[in-house]
Amino acid sequence: MLLQTCLFLLVLSNFCMLGTPRIRRMTGMTAIQGLLLTVLLCIFGHVMLAVAVLLIKGLLLPGLLWRTLKRLPAQALVCPRKVVPLDVLAGMGGLAFSFWLDGRLVMAHGLFPPMLLPLGLATLFCGLILIVGRIKAITQVIGYLVAENGIFLLGMPLMTTGTAWFELALLLDVFVAVFVMGIAINHISDSFASIDVARFRSLRD
Amino acid sequence: MLIALVLLPFCMGVVMLLWGRAALCRLGLPAVAVAHTALACATACRVAQGETISALNDMLAPDALGALFLLLASLLFLAVSVYAVSYLREEERIGEHTNILDHGHFTNAPERRFTACLCFFLASMSLVTITPHMGVQWVGIEATTLSSAPLIYFHRHKNSLEATWKYLIICSVGIALALLGNILLSVAFYRSDGVTETMGMDQVGWFVRHAAQGEPTWLKAAFVFLLAGYGAKMGLAPLHNWLPDAHSQAPSLVSALLSGALLNCAMLGMLRGHQIMLAAGLGGLSGSMLMFFGLFSLATAAIFIVGQGHYKRMLAYSSVEHMGILALGIGTGGLAVFGAMLHAVCHSLIKCMLFLLSGNILARYHTYSSYDVRGMRWTMPFTGALWTAGFLAVAGSPPFGVFVSELLIFKGMLAADAVGWAIAYLVLLAVIFVGLSVAVLRMVQGNRPIDMPKTPREPLLSVLPPLVLGMVVLLLGLWIPDSLKHFLFCAAALIGG
Amino acid sequence: MSQSLVVYFVQLCLALLLAPLLPGIINRVKAIFAGRHGKPLLQTYYDLAKLLRKGEALSQTTTWVFTLAPAIALVATLCALALLPLGGSSSPLAFTGDFVLAAYLLALGRFATMLSALDTGSSFEGMGASREATFAALAEPVLFLTLMVLTSLSLNAGLDTEHALSLSALFGGQSADTWLGGKIELLLVPVVFFILLLVENCRIPVDDPNTHLELTMIHEVMVLDHSGPNLAIIVYGTALKLWFFAALIAGLMTPDLSPWPQAALRTGIVLLLSVLVGVTESVMARLRMQRVPALLGGAAAMSALALILSQMR
Repeated sequence: MLLQTCLFLLVLSNFCMLGTPRIRRMTGMTAIQGLLLTVLLCIFGHVMLAVAVLLIKGLLLPGLLWRTLKRLPAQALVCPRKVVPLDVLAGMGGLAFSFWLDGRLVMAHGLFPPMLLPLGLATLFCGLILIVGRIKAITQVIGYLVAENGIFLLGMPLMTTGTAWFELALLLDVFVAVFVMGIAINHISDSFASIDVARFRSLRD
Repeated sequence: MLIALVLLPFCMGVVMLLWGRAALCRLGLPAVAVAHTALACATACRVAQGETISALNDMLAPDALGALFLLLASLLFLAVSVYAVSYLREEERIGEHTNILDHGHFTNAPERRFTACLCFFLASMSLVTITPHMGVQWVGIEATTLSSAPLIYFHRHKNSLEATWKYLIICSVGIALALLGNILLSVAFYRSDGVTETMGMDQVGWFVRHAAQGEPTWLKAAFVFLLAGYGAKMGLAPLHNWLPDAHSQAPSLVSALLSGALLNCAMLGMLRGHQIMLAAGLGGLSGSMLMFFGLFSLATAAIFIVGQGHYKRMLAYSSVEHMGILALGIGTGGLAVFGAMLHAVCHSLIKCMLFLLSGNILARYHTYSSYDVRGMRWTMPFTGALWTAGFLAVAGSPPFGVFVSELLIFKGMLAADAVGWAIAYLVLLAVIFVGLSVAVLRMVQGNRPIDMPKTPREPLLSVLPPLVLGMVVLLLGLWIPDSLKHFLFCAAALIGG
Repeated sequence: MSQSLVVYFVQLCLALLLAPLLPGIINRVKAIFAGRHGKPLLQTYYDLAKLLRKGEALSQTTTWVFTLAPAIALVATLCALALLPLGGSSSPLAFTGDFVLAAYLLALGRFATMLSALDTGSSFEGMGASREATFAALAEPVLFLTLMVLTSLSLNAGLDTEHALSLSALFGGQSADTWLGGKIELLLVPVVFFILLLVENCRIPVDDPNTHLELTMIHEVMVLDHSGPNLAIIVYGTALKLWFFAALIAGLMTPDLSPWPQAALRTGIVLLLSVLVGVTESVMARLRMQRVPALLGGAAAMSALALILSQMR
């Protein structure tokens, strides 16, 4: 019951991200997703790892994003509104597709609780939509985080106490990735006077 | 010894970052490289003799395939580190840097950060090659992305920033998909009775031994994601877009490492998946997918190489081409896999040489356009000669190793009754040969440019590494030592050769 | 007369009597938020009594359409209300597919109001009518999408088509049992209905009932020319419509209890909802007109999400 509620809230947060043009709100949503993943980990019984996830995904990563946002000019923090309905529609399509896929795959019995596989996949798709659909550099980072959350969710039932060190290494990797991307965004904002990746046109054939 | 392979460059990187005197950095780089190469050679020798070496509860335990790529990465790093000494000295001497594309001024990233990242890059590549655990390998490959991104942004101008961003995003997302592939792999082998608990750290070995128990649907899905994820990082079309940008904007020695060492490491991630698929009896599917994307990359590269005016991009597309050939050879199976292993060796060496030379050309002519570079045989005779030789080698002309390996792959394809594929392969190779030769010959030939100032002698350290690399490839074309042949066979045997 | 009918008629009378209380509650909540004392809770009753005693001034350009429209609107709303199940007992008039009739009865009332607005020939009223038509057209697909979620739910619950497709089945309490049983995504449906309530009743994020500029009004501008008993009918009709939508949400939120507690719970929820509307109006600003489709699109997305998730479990 609690598991299902968390999964539902996760999907809802995905759609909130897809449905808002404001980057601050999206950043807040990543923190909420980190929190939900923490609760989910606790349900699966990995309390130590849950603490690490809370620290990294719930606090540090949104904190890094906030720090990056603070140095950006205000007009950089709103995506064009035109793409929002398209993104939401694409997200719906992704959700339907993951349910379809879920129906076709033969389950290893007892591994995935119901709904976890399709909703994890849907989260991954939402992340990819954010990366492709929005033209800001920072939304690509947020999309990367969301996609990573989806994959993390899918990996959750497979975690054992022996693999905790690997999950920690993974979290560290993601943290460094977001850190490096944040620095890159600040450089982009300085030298392009914008963080629209649509302006990246000088290198092409 | 295995731990030292990872820790030595890592610690050196930390030292450079903290106490980064220029002298320390420039001397430390070749020192690390020599030590690392010695360790890597020792490791490779022991693996080739059939010893199993392991450390940290089997977390580090290279097999022949991994040791081969480790040795390659290490050798290239040695060549690059020698080259870097003169490169960094030259970069420091030039007070004011001008962007070639838009003539804006820019500064360089701090030198110690650059050398430290090079060391981290080597450490993560070592980790990728010597671990049999798919998760650790994933972490290592992501680490290669993160440590090489600052290297691409060494020259701080808009274009390199754009290239860095594309590289970061495309590779990170691609690798995230590969992580999903890893997870699906674990799902395929999941048993509720706890058999998976016996896996330990040697994941690849365990998967191969228990391959018959894997659920085929999940295995296929896992391989698709591994192929998409690591394929993006390896530069297989259609996810190769980052590659020409990053290779053209990075400093030449970084391009050399990216092309010669990093792409192999990413390929290794995918080959692990192929290895498991072969053991599970699904090698036909994974092989044909590899062949398809290999040929597709070859075709894409052919289209973009013909008429390419930017000589570093041309080299980058040539990397796409060779990755395609590798995938094609490995997908074919049999003799072609041995050819592909030899090809990986030759391609890494020759591509490293060419990128280092392109750095020399760039420093002399200050242009990326192969139309504006004229008369290299007058202005820089050594580089010009090596550039021609390198072109002949990379395009697969007879006396060089690449010719032998491409021929072996061709033979393997005929032996596997893939005549249609073989013909397409030959045609595309011919197109690429023509495309490359037009640009390269134009650059070498022609009159000496009038406005070019009197030639200073080319620094020894900037032509010596390419020369050595070129000689090795020439040697490999004439005679392959038995020990190397045995080593390559061992590596090929792991993936269906 | 059976007990359920008694319950039903008591509640119907309660609805007819208490409906004018809802605007009073909303206004009081807004006043408290603004730090004012505010109008008395029963102000709408006083207004109605006053208006009914007054005479009516008619413009010379108007025709019988203008005088008839308020009555049509009120009757349509009353009929729709009669189709609604009220706490613990289904409507005696329930039949298969009655939700379509209810939706179009409301549409008929709106149509009559718009005709009367156009009949005056005033440009302001015409503008209001056109806005009303636009938003109503946008709200209708959302309403039916949401009803689709509910019908699929009651079909899944094993009811046959005969009984499943009526308002009494959809809002009879089984939806609350379902979300209490773990299908938490169904909580999105009341949220969608709340948005529809705000849109259909011209409340704040869509239309400001207290605005003093005709240019920005939607509903209020359409009834500017009405006076006397006709205006009283319109005011009462609006209150009833608010009650109708609030009762829909109450039907979704209350579980299937025995009749009297359920009736009490539903009435309580209706009154609570009017408080909630007051809070919403106090904390939100009116949206720009171009943003209203986005709001309704969000509502549609929510009900689509609820549909997909509830179907796939």
